[in-house]
Amino acid sequence: MARSQALEVQEKKELVSKEEKTVPARYYVPTTDIYETEDALTLVMEIPGVDKQAVDVNIENDVLRVEARVNFSKYEGLEPLYTEYNIGYFARSFTLSNKIDQQQIKAQLDDGVLTLSLKKAKEALLRRIAIN
Amino acid sequence: MAILSDPFDALIQLQQALDTYRTSSWLGSGLSSGGAYPPLNVFRKGDDIVVIIEVPGVRKADLQIQVKGNTIRIAGAKSVQYGDNAALHRREREAGSFDRAITVPVEIDVDQVTAESHDGMLTLFLPRAERDKPKLITVG
Repeated sequence: MARSQALEVQEKKELVSKEEKTVPARYYVPTTDIYETEDALTLVMEIPGVDKQAVDVNIENDVLRVEARVNFSKYEGLEPLYTEYNIGYFARSFTLSNKIDQQQIKAQLDDGVLTLSLKKAKEALLRRIAIN
Repeated sequence: MAILSDPFDALIQLQQALDTYRTSSWLGSGLSSGGAYPPLNVFRKGDDIVVIIEVPGVRKADLQIQVKGNTIRIAGAKSVQYGDNAALHRREREAGSFDRAITVPVEIDVDQVTAESHDGMLTLFLPRAERDKPKLITVG
C-alpha cells in the first residue's frame, strides 16, 4: 500500500481586500478548490468553525462573494495557554467567467467545508452541432 | 460604557489574545515530533484544559484520538475529491495523513476526556486530575 502524503500546516492568509472593511477585525482567505464540469462550476472552500447560518453567498455583476462568520462565542471563559493559529471571519470573491444560472446555486456545508455548485446558464452550455 | 457597543470588540480581543500566546512556552517540550498538522490551540478553562484543533474536511470517522497519561495523540487522514471529468481551475486544498502528539504539563483524568467535532473543529476536553489540582492553604 502506498503511504499517503503527510499533511502540512497551511498558514492562514489574511485577506487583503480592494474594498476596505469598516470593522477592524481580521479576515482570512479560505483555502479554495475550483473545478468545472460540463454543466456546473464548483467551488470548495475550507471555513472551519463556521455555522451554516453564518455563511453569505451572493453574485453581483459576475462577482461571486462569500463571507463566513466564525462562531467565536464558544471561546468565552477560555484562557489561551498556547496557540498555533488565529481565528477570524472568512471572505473571498471571484470574478466568474461563465454565465451562471443564479436560480440554481447549491450550497452545502460539511465538516467545515463549503461546497458551492453553480449551474451554468443555458446559453453558456456547450452546444454540439451534428455534421450532416 | 462605550456609546456604541461593538460586536467586533470581543472578536478583536480574542484575536489579540490568540496572537499573544502564539508559540508560548507553556507546552515546552510537550510538542513531540510527528509534524505540525493539525494546528492546535490550548486553553485553560477553570482547572481543566481545552484543546481546539482545526481539521476542515476531515470526517469524524477518519479521526483517531488516543490518550495515555498526559499525552494526547491525534491522527487521521483527509481526502480531497473532485468529480469525474472535472477540469481543475484552482487547487489549494491538500490531502494526506497526519499523526501528532502533545504532552500537557498537568495531570489529566484519562477516563473523563471527551472529544467533539463540529464544522471542522475538533475540541478535546481534558479535565485535570483531582489529585493534581492546587490545594488552598489557609494561613493559620
